[in-house]
Amino acid sequence: MTFIELAHVSRWYGNVVAVNDISMSIGPGVTGLLGPNGAGKSTLLHLIAGFLPPSRGELTVGGAASWHRPGVYRTVGLVPERDSVYAFLTGEAFVTATARLHKLPDPVAAARRAIEIVEMADAQDRRISTYSKGMRQRIKVAAALVHDPPVLLLDEPFNGMDPRQRLHMMELLHRLGEQGRTILFSSHILEEVERLSGTIQVIVAGRLAASGDFRAIRRLMTSRPHVFVVRTSDDRRLGASLLGRPAVTGVEVTGRGLQVRTSDYGAFTRELVPMARREGIRLTELLPADESLESVFAYLVES
Amino acid sequence: MSASQGRVIAGITLRATLGRKRALLFGITPLVLIGVTVALQLAHPEHANWPAAILGLFGFTVVLPLTALLIGTSVLGAEIDDGSIIHLLATPVRRPLVIAAKYAVAAVLTMIFAGLPELLAGLVAVPPRQATGLFVGVLAGSLMYNAVFLMISVLTTRAIAFGLLYALIWEGLLGNLVPGARLLSVGQYSLGIANSIAHQPGLTAALALPTAVGMGVAVTAITLVIAARRLASFTIKGEPA
Repeated sequence: MTFIELAHVSRWYGNVVAVNDISMSIGPGVTGLLGPNGAGKSTLLHLIAGFLPPSRGELTVGGAASWHRPGVYRTVGLVPERDSVYAFLTGEAFVTATARLHKLPDPVAAARRAIEIVEMADAQDRRISTYSKGMRQRIKVAAALVHDPPVLLLDEPFNGMDPRQRLHMMELLHRLGEQGRTILFSSHILEEVERLSGTIQVIVAGRLAASGDFRAIRRLMTSRPHVFVVRTSDDRRLGASLLGRPAVTGVEVTGRGLQVRTSDYGAFTRELVPMARREGIRLTELLPADESLESVFAYLVES
Repeated sequence: MSASQGRVIAGITLRATLGRKRALLFGITPLVLIGVTVALQLAHPEHANWPAAILGLFGFTVVLPLTALLIGTSVLGAEIDDGSIIHLLATPVRRPLVIAAKYAVAAVLTMIFAGLPELLAGLVAVPPRQATGLFVGVLAGSLMYNAVFLMISVLTTRAIAFGLLYALIWEGLLGNLVPGARLLSVGQYSLGIANSIAHQPGLTAALALPTAVGMGVAVTAITLVIAARRLASFTIKGEPA
């Protein structure tokens, strides 16, 4: 059963194409919408959420178009990216107000239930203006969940969160997905979704670049060649030893240190320090040289 | 339409509008109006000329439109600007109800911030009947101006600028120079309604009561309908790659 269906959906602004002929079906479970900044992820989410009409193509949520149909929000909960909430309200008042706007029979109970799901009961009586970034995100999720929607859309939910908050949010999304909800979130940081299983859809330059099981795509990600720059007390000697390791595919001596290419990120980072210690070489700097998101996504598109 | 949804929207709107720094500006021109009236009353208690200039001209072409502009563009426009409106719109609430609730808050606030000062100043300076006329005129003006400014705030993100253009250039300048412009001037509708009770020639009301009321109702209805239709097509500006 799929809740979100896109068939050849495009969206352009003037002559700039933001979303280019995308077709996908998204069903229950957690789905990540990944891509670099400016790839069209937000545009796509706004199209699905009914806050933007497609320029071309068919888009349905729960079987009906979402544009010009406020009724779609009975099925959909939306967690927008922007952090603007009614910050003068307490968390509880904000979620209860949302429940009233949904005309739920018992708004107070619905709000309490939603706040429990995101584990914000302790802070619910404080004003949202006093919340941390992670707490704001969670109270926004509570408001989006208050009417128990089968579909939850989240725009960059991990933005600005510290690693602990991130982990917490991932666990929450995972749990919601396991309850049979359709969870679609966007993110421009691949590593953010490490702990999330499920499917991912990779968007690059407005197009669907890769789509499928998260683990398969993640394998591609981790097996991509990595480049590091290493500065040491003796570059040439370390370089010679590094070439003996199977994980290392190339070494170059440059003016700024050793440039090392490796096909196995994990093995290389585990082996480097013990090897240097054995050789009596002091490491002064270790920098990943190609960690730009664009290079990661470009690699995904090529493979 | 649902009363409980409307109450929630109105309550949040009221707190948001009065909570912004801009709210400090709501009282400035009304305070000037009262201050100047009291000062002139003490200096020239028997003069018949200045009340029409202060209560009529200043009250109806500065205090009323500026207060309505600040409030009318704040109730919805400020939420569109900062993005918090999305939390309201991502619910099945009917869009005309959103406009109705925001409009009601704006009109009532303008009546309080511009209408009551006009009434007080009127009671200080002119006979009660004239004061009543001026008060009723500002109340009617609050209803009309806020509909116009609410619509402008849905149509453009530069609502204050366009609102000022309308109030100052169209109504203030063209309305005085080109008689035809008065027929499309909310300020003139308000003055016409005020004068029908106050009967004060100094108000320079150009329109008779039936015209003023008819045009006022039409303008209010049309601008509110446009506002609701535009809000139904509200889009989030994406990231044009």
